[in-house]
Amino acid sequence: MTTTLSKPPSAAKRRLPAPVRRFLGNKLAVIGIVVLVIFAGAALLARQVAPFDPAQIFFADLRAAPSAAHFFGADELGRDIFSRVVYGARVSLSAGLISVTLALVFGGSIGLIAGYIGGWLDDVLMRFVDALLSLPFLVLAIALAAILGPSLQNTMIAIAIVTAPAFARITRGEVLSQRERDYVQAAQALGAGDGRLIVRHLLPNISGALIVQTSLAIANAILAEASLSFLGLGIQPPTPSWGSMLNAARGYLTDAPWMAVFPGLAIFLAVLAFNLIGDGLREALDPRSHKS
Amino acid sequence: MAVFALRRLLSAIPTLLIVTLIVFAMVKLLPGDPARLILGQEATPQALSELRRSLGLDRPLPQQYLSWLTSAARLDFGTSLTDHSSVGRLIAQKLPVTLELSLFAMLISLLISLPAGMISAVRRSTWVDRLLTLLALSGISLPNFFLGILLIYLFSIRLAWIPASGYTSLMENPGRNLLLLLLPAVTLGVGSAAVLTRYLRSSLSETLNQDYVRTAHAKGLAARQVISKHALKNALIPFLTAFGLQLGGLLGGAVITEQIFSIPGFGRLLVDAVFTRDLPVIQGVVLVSAVAVFLVSFLVDLGYAAVDPRIRYH
Repeated sequence: MTTTLSKPPSAAKRRLPAPVRRFLGNKLAVIGIVVLVIFAGAALLARQVAPFDPAQIFFADLRAAPSAAHFFGADELGRDIFSRVVYGARVSLSAGLISVTLALVFGGSIGLIAGYIGGWLDDVLMRFVDALLSLPFLVLAIALAAILGPSLQNTMIAIAIVTAPAFARITRGEVLSQRERDYVQAAQALGAGDGRLIVRHLLPNISGALIVQTSLAIANAILAEASLSFLGLGIQPPTPSWGSMLNAARGYLTDAPWMAVFPGLAIFLAVLAFNLIGDGLREALDPRSHKS
Repeated sequence: MAVFALRRLLSAIPTLLIVTLIVFAMVKLLPGDPARLILGQEATPQALSELRRSLGLDRPLPQQYLSWLTSAARLDFGTSLTDHSSVGRLIAQKLPVTLELSLFAMLISLLISLPAGMISAVRRSTWVDRLLTLLALSGISLPNFFLGILLIYLFSIRLAWIPASGYTSLMENPGRNLLLLLLPAVTLGVGSAAVLTRYLRSSLSETLNQDYVRTAHAKGLAARQVISKHALKNALIPFLTAFGLQLGGLLGGAVITEQIFSIPGFGRLLVDAVFTRDLPVIQGVVLVSAVAVFLVSFLVDLGYAAVDPRIRYH
């Protein structure tokens, strides 16, 4: 008689779930996380990280080149660019996170309702969503910013409105594809009501697609906020925003190109980070995707 | 096919109407009284109500919407509040400039994405693919206004090869027109190229994994022939539809590109109108953009169905 020795549960190695392992194995995605942590740290600890107040003017250092005193140089008013980039992270990250959260909640709800209830309600809601999707993203954002007035809050609302339709479409698609699955029918046969069905069964299974979309949407939102600020329709001075810093830099390209380089790089890296993370999440969560 | 097209058209019309409704509502939601905006703060109450009546602002909203819509259908978008010229004429003047810029950008985008996407798919998982993927992701993440500024710094300021701004019409001087549009077109096209590269890579990869491709290889066809004769054609269909759908993104990007390079186009018209609160112009531009994107999506849909019969029969 043979006995199989098995390790007692407490000593068994607890492994991370497969998607997490896949994600962490993706070098680019991990780089994205690292960059995100750096920016988040800068945003949260701005007061500690930035050497100066972003509005502080150094009259002697107008358009000074990068140096030990001013890591990224100084702008046309003699303000330290490094400090302004650090504080600008607050604006960009909060604009991205808040607007996308709003879009996820509203867009996702609409998609959920449309997909779950179906029928004429689905038809009407999706036509509205399609109509919004027809309006070019930035054109609509600009028009909304014009209507609401330039401010951080209104920028977030405008971006949320422009981003929500995509969430509605994705949520609806996911709900439709999950609705006919066996586990749903089984749960219904066991007497699960709509609420329980949605919360305990549908939502966990559609969350994967939504998480991926959220990361990519944040990347777009940061880009949109920077674009609106660049055009002068977003955050108003003196609050530092990477986009408006870039706009101001245009007039000084010949003698102070660093005024443009650093805010621009900041936008690029922040957006890239979220895109890398979103891509990594997509590959990690979708078992059918072709593994590189 | 004709039946399919008709059915699609009929189902598309309600959505188009909702688009017009959204555009109309957007401007109606603007705070402030349009009559006062036009006449200024010192206007008398009589002058204000006169103007309101002549503008039709005292009529019920549904009526205003209908009359606005029927005028727009006749390409009458009202009068600009800033210079009192016809909005329709302004749009007709500026739209071709943006269209030329967009076409140029789309050309550049194709020139980049076709080879990059193909190489990426064929050499999947090699260092070439990884590099191209990273470049594509960078292209998507790079703000186009940053790229524009960098290009101006390099080619206009440091190298002084190309002037930084300005526009000459194609009729006047084709050479100068193309030279001045080169940097803007690259700025606008790179983002689109990045998206399309990734799209082609995934579409072609999937096609290359299909059974019929394996059969072609088994038959002894050279790899290049397999790709060009079989895989590419099938992968190109979704790619071309994605290509057509880039128009919306290009219009948005054009807004910014035209600002940076001082090109008197459609996008610039919108931004200027936003700053002067020129409501008829804003309304006209947004409506025309939306209809243009809508039409292109519709045509792309039809094109896809024409090429792939399976779509027509659900």
